[in-house]
Amino acid sequence: MIQFKKVTKVYPLNSDYTIALENITFNIKKGEFVSIVGQSGAGKTTLLRLILKEEEPTDGLIIVDGQNLKEIKFKELPYYRRKIGVVFQDYKLLPDKTAYENIVFAMEAAGKTDEEIKRDVPEILDLIGLTHRAHHFPSQLSGGEKQRVAIGRALANCPNVLIADEPTGNLDPLHTWDIVRLLHKINEMGTTVILATHDREIINTIGKRVITLDKGRLIRDEERGKYVV
Amino acid sequence: MLLLIKRIIKWGVKGFIRNGWLSVATISVMTFTLIVIATLLMLNIVASAVLKNIQEKIDISVYFKQEAKEEDILIVKSQLEKLTEVKEVEYVSQEEALRRFKEKHKDNPYLIEGLQELEENPLEASLNIKAQQPSQYETISKFLEGIYYQNIIDKIDYRQNKEIIDKLSSIITNIKLVGLILTGVLILIVVLVTFNAIRIAIYSSREEIKIMKLVGASDWFIRSQFIVEGVIYGFISSLSTLAILYPVFWFFSPKLSRFLPIEDFFSYFHSNIWAFLIILLAISIGLGIGSSLLAIRKYLKT
Repeated sequence: MIQFKKVTKVYPLNSDYTIALENITFNIKKGEFVSIVGQSGAGKTTLLRLILKEEEPTDGLIIVDGQNLKEIKFKELPYYRRKIGVVFQDYKLLPDKTAYENIVFAMEAAGKTDEEIKRDVPEILDLIGLTHRAHHFPSQLSGGEKQRVAIGRALANCPNVLIADEPTGNLDPLHTWDIVRLLHKINEMGTTVILATHDREIINTIGKRVITLDKGRLIRDEERGKYVV
Repeated sequence: MLLLIKRIIKWGVKGFIRNGWLSVATISVMTFTLIVIATLLMLNIVASAVLKNIQEKIDISVYFKQEAKEEDILIVKSQLEKLTEVKEVEYVSQEEALRRFKEKHKDNPYLIEGLQELEENPLEASLNIKAQQPSQYETISKFLEGIYYQNIIDKIDYRQNKEIIDKLSSIITNIKLVGLILTGVLILIVVLVTFNAIRIAIYSSREEIKIMKLVGASDWFIRSQFIVEGVIYGFISSLSTLAILYPVFWFFSPKLSRFLPIEDFFSYFHSNIWAFLIILLAISIGLGIGSSLLAIRKYLKT
């Protein structure tokens, strides 16, 4: 599903440079639930940005769903991004649109018909448990609710892979578990889930595959991993 | 395709409404700039009308001796009318001249009495010549100096007015030129101000634009929504401009007519109001769309 082959990302900074990722290789299969862990600055976000093609690797190969990312042209980027659902730590919801409209917008951007939208959005709202808050604006929703809308939006176009970058970073413990449970549910429905986090509790409780990054290097890749500092 | 347009309009309208005060501010700026342009347009029209009016009052008068025969005068008239520089020639017979004089000075009993004491009509017949352009009086005057019927001409009134006519000519030319330059500069300023106002509106949506891109919306899908907002801005500001200018012009028109030599300014405006609206709409919607397109480029480039 997602393959990284000897991927390196270097950021030039004046006459110096920062190595964000060094020689990363891994293979994530369809339907897996993978957590990417590491301290802040370990390279988790960079890795996710590379998958989204917000950045390009300095070296190495990235293949997503059979497609070599290097071959995707700038014009084709929107089409590629629609196949990946992303959830961010800061939600990144459209502030001037209601929860319902945020999900609708993502579907319209992908060119779905009105019938598909009318059919799917209520289901998504039900899945994320926000049917009764659908017509509120993000400013009227709690952090947990906002994140659920973000997840709903990420799912709108039935992506093969859902990426969550520190989705619980801004949430209290109760809401954190809500989100993790939701992600789990989504994974059980068949979607590959990649969760980037530095929350030890979550990792150790989920008990699924863990890829550990440290200072840009992949130091551990375990099937039933634990977050060991 | 139709579905796409429907969606773009939907988001554009919603975006416009939800922007609230920002939309109001942008429309206010655009309305103000449109008022400036519309007023400039009207001023240009008024200036042209005033200038035209003044020009009409300039003419050459050729006075013929008492013994001149009417048929000779009329021959001169027809010769003059053949000139391309001549717009029209008016023949004022001695009788007509007397009548006009009496009419003009009817409130002056001494003059009328004095006239009645004379046995004959002291006034001469004349031809009043109007040129197409003030600068052409020189040519006409030279023509008159060279015609066959020199002997019956008593006096050409151009000589006395030559200086005034020349001065007026150059003033008129200068005013037109200055007017044009001023209008051009002001329109430029006005366009820049509008562009800036819309740029601010789009700047405030920069996060939204980024998120839309992240979610996979195509550039045109995003761009078009803001173009729709630009169109709405243009449309509403045109209507507001007209709503403001209509009573203003109505109020000031009679006052203008009092000290400027022009006819009813408001009725000209009123009868051409549809043309005005269309011009305003074209300018403002064009400005709205152009500014939106230009302003959003920065945020779509990634």
